[in-house]
Amino acid sequence: MTSTSIETPLIGDVQPSTSGDADGPLSEVRVGVVTFPGSLDDRDAMRAVTLAGGSAVRLWHGDHDLQDVDAVIIPGGFSYGDYLRAGAISRFAPLMEQITAAASGGTDALPVLGICNGFQVLTEAHLLPGSMIKNNHLHFLCRDQRLRVENADTHWTGEYWAGEEVVIPLKNQDGQFVADNRTLDELEGEGRVVFRYVDENPNGSRRNIAGISNTAGNVVGLMPHPEHAVEAGFGPDSSAREDVGLRGGTDGLGVFTSVLRKLVG
Amino acid sequence: MTAEAMARKFNIDSVANAAATPGQELPWAELGLTEDEYRRIEEILGRRPTGAELAMYSVMWSEHCSYKSSKVHLRQFGDKVTDAMKKHLLVGIGENAGVVDIGDGWAVTFKVESHNHPSFVEPYQGAATGVGGIVRDIISMGARPVAIMDPLRFGAIDHPDTARLVHGIVAGIGGYGNSLGLPNIGGEVVFDSVYQGNPLVNALAVGVLRHEDIRLANASGEGNRVVLFGARTGGDGIGGASVLASESFDSSKPSKRPAVQVGDPFAEKVLIECCLELFKASVVEGIQDLGAAGISCATSELASNGDGGMHVELTNVLLRDPSLTPGEILMSESQERMMAVVTPENVEAFETIMDRWAVEYSWLGEVTGTGRLVIEWDGETIVDVDPRTVAHHGPVYERPYHRPAWLDGVQADAFDAERAGDLRAAVLELMASPNMCSKDWVTDQFDRYVQGNTALAMPDDAGVIRVDEETGLGVAVSTDANGRYSYLDPYEGARLALAEAYRNVATSGAEPLAVSDCLNFGSPEDPEVMWQFAETVRGLADACQELGVPVTGGNVSLYNQTGGVAVHPTPVVGVLGVFDDVARRTPSGWREDGQAVYLLGTTADELDGSEWANLRGHLGGRPPALDLATEKTLAAILVNCSRDGMIDAAHDLSEGGLAAALSEMALRFGVGARIGLDELCERDRIDAFTALFSETQSRAVVAVPRSEEVRYNDMCTARNFPTLRIGVVDTENQALDVQGYFNLPLDQLREAHQGTLPRHFG
Amino acid sequence: MPRIVVDVMPKPEILDPQGKAIAGALPRIGLTGFASVRQGKRFELSVDGEVTEQILEQAHQAAATLLSNPVIEDVTRVEVIEEDAS
Repeated sequence: MTSTSIETPLIGDVQPSTSGDADGPLSEVRVGVVTFPGSLDDRDAMRAVTLAGGSAVRLWHGDHDLQDVDAVIIPGGFSYGDYLRAGAISRFAPLMEQITAAASGGTDALPVLGICNGFQVLTEAHLLPGSMIKNNHLHFLCRDQRLRVENADTHWTGEYWAGEEVVIPLKNQDGQFVADNRTLDELEGEGRVVFRYVDENPNGSRRNIAGISNTAGNVVGLMPHPEHAVEAGFGPDSSAREDVGLRGGTDGLGVFTSVLRKLVG
Repeated sequence: MTAEAMARKFNIDSVANAAATPGQELPWAELGLTEDEYRRIEEILGRRPTGAELAMYSVMWSEHCSYKSSKVHLRQFGDKVTDAMKKHLLVGIGENAGVVDIGDGWAVTFKVESHNHPSFVEPYQGAATGVGGIVRDIISMGARPVAIMDPLRFGAIDHPDTARLVHGIVAGIGGYGNSLGLPNIGGEVVFDSVYQGNPLVNALAVGVLRHEDIRLANASGEGNRVVLFGARTGGDGIGGASVLASESFDSSKPSKRPAVQVGDPFAEKVLIECCLELFKASVVEGIQDLGAAGISCATSELASNGDGGMHVELTNVLLRDPSLTPGEILMSESQERMMAVVTPENVEAFETIMDRWAVEYSWLGEVTGTGRLVIEWDGETIVDVDPRTVAHHGPVYERPYHRPAWLDGVQADAFDAERAGDLRAAVLELMASPNMCSKDWVTDQFDRYVQGNTALAMPDDAGVIRVDEETGLGVAVSTDANGRYSYLDPYEGARLALAEAYRNVATSGAEPLAVSDCLNFGSPEDPEVMWQFAETVRGLADACQELGVPVTGGNVSLYNQTGGVAVHPTPVVGVLGVFDDVARRTPSGWREDGQAVYLLGTTADELDGSEWANLRGHLGGRPPALDLATEKTLAAILVNCSRDGMIDAAHDLSEGGLAAALSEMALRFGVGARIGLDELCERDRIDAFTALFSETQSRAVVAVPRSEEVRYNDMCTARNFPTLRIGVVDTENQALDVQGYFNLPLDQLREAHQGTLPRHFG
Repeated sequence: MPRIVVDVMPKPEILDPQGKAIAGALPRIGLTGFASVRQGKRFELSVDGEVTEQILEQAHQAAATLLSNPVIEDVTRVEVIEEDAS
């Protein structure tokens, strides 16, 4: 069965008409969002793609067809309950084989973004190094988190400048990034630390790492949720760039416009 | 081993056997039935019940499922509803949850329920499965769940057992709710030693649907198929009922039955998506979630609400534990299960959707035209009943009640203790106290972002969720209860709980529309508790009528008592309001320099039952007076202010009075204010302490932009509602400056406010 | 350094969502030989010096009170491992 035969019902999920670039070239860019059983922020990632001006395409974990998408987002959630290890079961999904193959192969390979659980899936799938363990305080933590964009040259961060700070919601239970020192040194040395926690490390992550990329920069994973800082009124209460109104933070939108602009060239 | 293979191992107590052995007594007392109830079952059936029938009747006639002690009182919620109140009601009391029309073809369903006792026994799983249960109620109406809230009450904050309960319950709610992808948008956390052995763990869920998607729990259409899907059936929740097992199991002893239920949020998340797909494809005719009383409840309610009967082959039930007897299968409370009625033409489509989500299902039987619920075990009839006698015509008790003799003494004992000379220290003490302190430690463990539609969440007065992304149409929800007020006067306490939830919703800017309640009480067999209950229902029904908001559904939790000591009567009231556009919702904190701070309403000397009295260990006197007409005007003003853009912040006054409201408004965005109390004290003839700590009702503080002051004052004058400018927002000065009394730096206030929970539980 | 190994398993009659999810995943990667999976926990309590009867008794106590929740879990093993296996 393909994902188009039965669309996942989206009661209460009208696609917003206020996209940044409804008829422009960005809308030609098709960004797939994968739904696994237990994915939670899949609709939110699709909304973010739409608000950034792109076309969001629903992908189903059990399919073998990437539907010619130009980029893929693996969204947040608790796929398969995160019961074994976060992301451990999802990495074996049929669609993940396609994604892994398409994402490996240099800078022109398929851009892939893993958010939270998606980041965990990417590490389990060995597209990104390291792993996530339980937060050092052992609690689920939901808060507005200040990050620094360390690398503005990846496919997903081109709209930022290196050193720029952003405020993005963070919400997870297993968010502590760990890797051995050699891997950490390598990540630092190659500029592959893409996002770093600023002010306070929320979970004990090694070297305050919030997000990393592969060598080519097309695959990026991060624990905070940029798709929850894309729409004024429903984001964080603050922004690192300007004074914003109630829940007015949209610092995460750049992640999605970055990949669209990159693909349009 | 399949159930079929096991079938032969049981000595089945068939209907034929029951008819042939009329003298055989069954263990009705062990199953919680009284002798009268047992004789009534015999009378209904014209013979003794079979073991399986007894199992069904015993769980369905329990207090929890039948409302046998509360029913005579709860009728008032229906009797006191006017036609005007019904205007927005698409589905009222009696279904899994009420459904309210919010316009543009959208509807919202919401309900609050308790999971008190299970959460005391196993805090994590008890609280988790409480969330699971209320969410399934919402799904079974045809709705997508969009938010949850959790009103919680614990024992004393420093009691050795409280940390166990707080850690387990908070983690359980988070563990389950976060995994379902439901934003947790509010709730309450209250500490009081009366809840020591009986914590109250209530859970509210909100769902959204289109009018045409409403699903009801009924089995209609002869020949339609009945299917059970979701998790497998285990021995969950029947620990106490293993007497039946020993009756009918002939190979040694039955395996042990779990004392608690374990939740599987992943299974529930998949169940949500798969049910929504079923609804969208119009594949199910009727649907019912399985909660308390499991298959007994689902089959009897579906059949009873339908137009015919139902025939079920019980060996088709997929089991997790093959040693379960028929009676146990009927009683099992295993989580994450649903039952649906499907036309034969839709069977294939149904199975396709199940397979896509890898959800297990089994076809149990079909809808019949007999008017009977017939359940077979491997072809032998073990249940043959009129389903209405199980589901709806259970016993009804008019329990005796009387006003407690001690109440006069308590009400005469007004608060006249220390009124604190040092107001600065008093505000710090109040804001650091267990009930008034910041609940961030709890709410930071809940996801408030998921689904991307959260417009307000804690610590604001109400949770606000966008429903329609095109228009901004949305809803606000708030829950409230004050057990201390209810202890002093249960009739007034219920009205006050409703008034506060109503006020909270209006403060956020939404038009209050409907009510759900969870009534937490001690034993109904104690006439004094029963009086508290009767007074509460009377008060709530009266107040709903006066405010014009109907009760759409809810839950009663009785027997919350240990060693003869009952919890305070605690009617948790949830109010749902509607926004034409959530973009205009009002936050509970100010942020713009120079905006005027106004107090709406007047202040009297009302400290009985207050948080300040609580801090001084006093509980006596009368709760604050309440005039619902005033409350209604206040709400209209707040909604109007939001609609016309006259205010930028609003916060209602309730527990902790003006002191708490000003502190919370300043801390919300970390912006200070200069406040003057002299004019207020003079106008209302009170002292500064009373101005700050009295809990007089129907008040709110608002922040008004300079440009709107004239319009704002004109509107209040036109509505003849008292309002007074008490200060100004001051971004320069990071302090709450109450002129002539104290200057409290926000850092210091924040430290006191936020330090309490981490200090006890961090 | 000798260690005492404590294994804790969910009680057989209790639902084990973790085990269930893993059991569901195995056939999807082609491993079809297993009827069910249950997931438990293993603890290693290291001891400075010799494991005396008294220390073993303490381990039993720890297993029964702290390491397991007797409402939903069973302690299935408390065993001394002498060699340094790590």
